[in-house]
Amino acid sequence: MPSNTQSSVLKNKLLLAGILSLFLSFISLFIFNNFILFALFLILFIILLVYNFIKITRELYDALGTRLMLFVTASVIFLFFLLLAVLINGSINILRDQSLSELILSSTWKPFSGEFGLFAVIIDTLIVTAISMLIAIPISLLSAIYIAEYAPKKFKNIIRPFIDVLAGVPSVVFGLCALLVFVPLIRDDIAPFFGSTISSGFGLFTASLILAIMVFPIIISLCLESFNSVPVALKEASLSLGATKWETVKKVIFRASGPGVLAAIFLGFGRAFGETIAVSMVIGNQELIPKSLFGPGQTLASLIASNYTEVSSIPILASALIFVALILFVVVLIFNLLGYLVLRRASKRWAY
Amino acid sequence: MNRRNLEEKIFLGLMLASVFIVMGSLILIVTVIVLNGAPSLSVQILTQTSEGGFYLGAGGGFLNAIVGSLLLALPATGLAFLAGIAIALYLQKDFLRPSISNFIRLCLDIMWGVPSVVYGVFCLTIMIVIGMTGGSLLFGIIALTLLEIPIITRSIDESIKMVPIGLKESAYSLGSTKFETAMKVIRKQAMPGVIAGVLLGFGRGIGDAASILLTVGDSNYFPTSISDQTAALPTMILNLVSMPDQVVQNKAYAVAFVLLMIVLLISIITRYLTKKSSKHIIK
Repeated sequence: MPSNTQSSVLKNKLLLAGILSLFLSFISLFIFNNFILFALFLILFIILLVYNFIKITRELYDALGTRLMLFVTASVIFLFFLLLAVLINGSINILRDQSLSELILSSTWKPFSGEFGLFAVIIDTLIVTAISMLIAIPISLLSAIYIAEYAPKKFKNIIRPFIDVLAGVPSVVFGLCALLVFVPLIRDDIAPFFGSTISSGFGLFTASLILAIMVFPIIISLCLESFNSVPVALKEASLSLGATKWETVKKVIFRASGPGVLAAIFLGFGRAFGETIAVSMVIGNQELIPKSLFGPGQTLASLIASNYTEVSSIPILASALIFVALILFVVVLIFNLLGYLVLRRASKRWAY
Repeated sequence: MNRRNLEEKIFLGLMLASVFIVMGSLILIVTVIVLNGAPSLSVQILTQTSEGGFYLGAGGGFLNAIVGSLLLALPATGLAFLAGIAIALYLQKDFLRPSISNFIRLCLDIMWGVPSVVYGVFCLTIMIVIGMTGGSLLFGIIALTLLEIPIITRSIDESIKMVPIGLKESAYSLGSTKFETAMKVIRKQAMPGVIAGVLLGFGRGIGDAASILLTVGDSNYFPTSISDQTAALPTMILNLVSMPDQVVQNKAYAVAFVLLMIVLLISIITRYLTKKSSKHIIK
């Protein structure tokens, strides 16, 4: 039996390796005085020992593998809840120090004198997110429609990689470009045009512009997916009734892929809401509600980025920043749950 | 009739304009970074560490940031890949009830949507609790792993959904166990998703600044252990930009150029490998 002799040779080798690893573990303990190496070799020895005496059947292998997968899955889900628990636990300090209404409704953010009012920052965040979505939604939807329905095949093959690459560009590169292109443009041309002559170029509108560009690829690629899954028969039925192409898009494709478009907008919103670095590079980093859109402000996420260095000198500031992170987390959580529920209801109602 | 045609024309024009804006913004970003970054790029800046006044306008380079970024993103991608493939395989109907696996998918989607700065704050909190200040490679890796797990898992999960049920059934009918089917049949069929997910995760990890900024600190040398502080490409760009000297600021564009090239390269490799690996997939 060749296979049997082979396996017995393998076993002998493994036994040898086991003895060798035991020997090495003693050497590393007594000669090199290295506990980590000792532990590693000892573990190797035990594994080899167990392997030699237990017959690994396929059933055992299956059971072990399945348990391992269960363990990994459970621990990642545990990490998810641990994240929430750590954020809540960390923000207890600041909530004990100041009331929730004081935190959210006061607009003076002075960490050095112990004032952590987030009202101005929250308003700025809402303004920046709203403007960026106002710019991004129509442009992304129109582009997605063009790519899905109008574009010739050659052009489609060119533009798909463009969108994938745009989605992969790091946020710090976006920020750098905004610094180089948008800031001077807004300072010298756009802000004076709207009558605000003292703008430095760093402000809410600059941040909104760069956020809109960052959101394009997310909305476009998700919309494309749902536009492409609309059955051809549905479009053909509309066209055969004499509708123009745009009328088909408006009345058939948009309605049929409504849930997908909604989901895309939710995801885009999440990205714009939580984007940190690109925003903090161009928004001006001042915790106030500016008088014009071109004035400096601060969003929740960029507040963390521009204040974290002071954490070691003001202990309560750490708690305040964790509270801000908790707000970000909870808002994203709510939006995802809303999107999930809306999608589930909508896909029943919009079924075709 | 005339009005309808006019509407068609107007919207076609608007669509073309939007596509032009989207494509134009990428072209603008790449040209701005290339035009500003390429002149300050040199062999010296790519092959030296930043000791000796890189931030002050003297010589030196940013090799330590390149190495630091790779040391952060590679282990994180490896860990996230191991977790991702286990979870994605486990989410199949064979192992879990659909109601539970849908709940896990929802959790992963929320994790995907969570801003990366939140992961940074999470790691920063743990660092404060255990009394570690300044930052370390280890916590940067943890933050990036958390960031990449949902990306990689969902990508593998989507391509596992595409595996025809007949393939699974024939594996079972030949007597293979669930685990064997998952590892030998499903995993190979899901290869395009695995490759796309891993490279996407790596690209996201190497470019992400917010989580790194809070956790790894800064250093002018190569990190020698996982508790060392380290430099990374995104944080180095932020540090350079905040310097008052124009010459030093220009170096930020050189760093950004390298980062952008890495990301572009990853995107090209992804396209190539996904195409190549989907050749042997049974549909």
